[in-house]
Amino acid sequence: MPPTTTTDRHERTAVASGLPAAVRIEHIHKSFGSAGSGPARPVLEDINLRIRPGEFVCLLGASGCGKSTLLGLVAGLDRPTSGRIELGGTRPALMFQEHALFPWLSAGKNIELALRLRGVPRPDRRPEAERLLELVRLGGAYRKRVHELSGGMRQRVALARALAQDSQLLLMDEPFAALDAITRDVLHEELTRVWSRTSLSVLFVTHNVREAVRLGQRVVLLSSRPGRVAREWTVDIPQPRRIEDPAVADLSVEITEELRREIRRHGKH
Amino acid sequence: MASTEAAGQDAAERDAAAPDAAVPGIPAPGTAGPDAAAPDAPAPHTTAPNATVPNTTGPNPTGSNPTEPDSAGDIAGLEAGLDALDSAPPPRTPLRRLLLHKALPPITAVALILAVWKLLVLARITDDYKLPDPTAVWHSLRQLWLNGTLFDIIWTSVSRGLLGFLAALAIGTPLGLLVARVPVIRAALGPILSGLQSLPSVAWVPAAVIWLGITDSAMYAVILLGAVPSIANGLVSGIDQVPPLYLRAGHTLGATGLRGTRHILLPAALPGYLAGLKQGWAFSWRSLMAAELIASSPDLGLGLGQYLENARTDSDMPGVLLGIILILLIGIAIDLLIFTPLERRVLRTRGLAS
Ligand SMILES: Nc1ncnc2c1ncn2[C@@H]1O[C@H](COP(=O)(O)OP(=O)(O)O)[C@@H](O)[C@H]1O
Ligand SMILES: [Mg+2]
Repeated sequence: MPPTTTTDRHERTAVASGLPAAVRIEHIHKSFGSAGSGPARPVLEDINLRIRPGEFVCLLGASGCGKSTLLGLVAGLDRPTSGRIELGGTRPALMFQEHALFPWLSAGKNIELALRLRGVPRPDRRPEAERLLELVRLGGAYRKRVHELSGGMRQRVALARALAQDSQLLLMDEPFAALDAITRDVLHEELTRVWSRTSLSVLFVTHNVREAVRLGQRVVLLSSRPGRVAREWTVDIPQPRRIEDPAVADLSVEITEELRREIRRHGKH
Repeated sequence: MASTEAAGQDAAERDAAAPDAAVPGIPAPGTAGPDAAAPDAPAPHTTAPNATVPNTTGPNPTGSNPTEPDSAGDIAGLEAGLDALDSAPPPRTPLRRLLLHKALPPITAVALILAVWKLLVLARITDDYKLPDPTAVWHSLRQLWLNGTLFDIIWTSVSRGLLGFLAALAIGTPLGLLVARVPVIRAALGPILSGLQSLPSVAWVPAAVIWLGITDSAMYAVILLGAVPSIANGLVSGIDQVPPLYLRAGHTLGATGLRGTRHILLPAALPGYLAGLKQGWAFSWRSLMAAELIASSPDLGLGLGQYLENARTDSDMPGVLLGIILILLIGIAIDLLIFTPLERRVLRTRGLAS
């Protein structure tokens, strides 16, 4: 198929055609290393994905399959080799596996910086930052330094900072992978609660099948080398779910089987 | 991992038993604030006092499924427990212990050096004019104090040093920024700047004197040549050490271009930059003393370097020793009074120093 031109992903492009979307990813290809350093290695191949406004989609795949690369493209941190990404709103917010809070600022000031960069006038910043901290149940942490917070608290502040961007789309790159099981559980609750109260669309990347089923309305499985959309599941289990729910476990078993088949394929040649 | 979870579960049980127990610094369940509730959507379970989360009918379809009030309170309590268990308490060292550990050892060392000096004098190991009694140095100091010239001499040098340092700061900072951010400039100037750092700035004194004569300008030129490379290099290495994650995070928040430099790059590079400033001050002071010693002239104000040189020509050994000691003490004092507190503060707020 002919490669389409890349549009400026930060433009407020009204979604051109068809159904409304928080983001529409069309025929995305991405290769690394073409400039001199060896042959171009395709990482993503013909990715097509539409996220509806307010939808929670989990992107699942083995390590190194290109999940972070895809998020980086959607966030505008990198350009695709070909294909187009259309955003329904402004620049998406992005949350990383490591909290990425700025250690020279307090928790509250981290959020205020996001507000400032968004253009919120100075007098409104402090109350808004306090409100966002309350939203992630960290009302008392405004003055706390990043190193004084636990891993779970850092990710909650990072979530509050991402929400401060007031974006329609939240991209999350394995944000809870480094946390212990019980903290992760709490943060799953927290995230579902925050999401259910806003009109936020979420694209949540993980390599953890149960986490994907616990959170997502839809789970998209990415194959490896090159990364393609291998399969998709709609998760009909009502929220609030728990990671131990039998329905979550059952679907996880099915998806894990598929993921294993997908990984095994690479051992054969 | 296993122990953390076990501890967390203990806390969970405690919190489930007493859901209203307030943890210091964390709002008790039910105090999440009025803005936590969507104003137009009353909570259906108003009977439950512990529900922090009003079950709003959000725009997301699954959000309409009500969370059990018990489980919401449970999660808030669990979270508060985790937060309390997992946060580091702020470390505090009492002032007395700090003084004992930080001040006592160097004072003892200085006392020992003085004692050895006195013993050597008493043992008459060499002539008096080569190794004067410590009290002779003390008398020279008293003399300067009584003349009223002590502070003039110190101030002449310190004001030159600080002024030169500020000029070096104003030149070195943009230079460092350019070298760090513009590849062509880095390729051209980077090696020269690092090379200049290993050139003793005394080597510039003859050139500066020929170009500018024995003037204050020559002194400042030597200071600049000594300090600018340190400051610029400090900023370059500070910027090089900024984790790319911060830049990516800044980018997604909209901090690009100049805003990125101001809000992300420079604050993130501050520790390396401060190390460069500290070294830049040491170089400024050293270069200035070298310049004052070599290019000493009665036309210029009397600084510490000239005082030392004058004492040498007068074969005044107590004066020479006094000059050396004063130069050392002032260099240390500026470092301790300005740069060390600055550096400590920056590192401490980032959790990089205890
Ligand atoms: N900047 C880059 N240059 C070259 N290769 C890259 C770059 N970024 C990622 N890759 C490669 O692309 C593949 C996918 O990486 P990534 O998107 O980080 O995977 P995932 O997030 O799914 O673990 C990996 O094989 C990685 O080595
Ligand atoms: Mg990744």
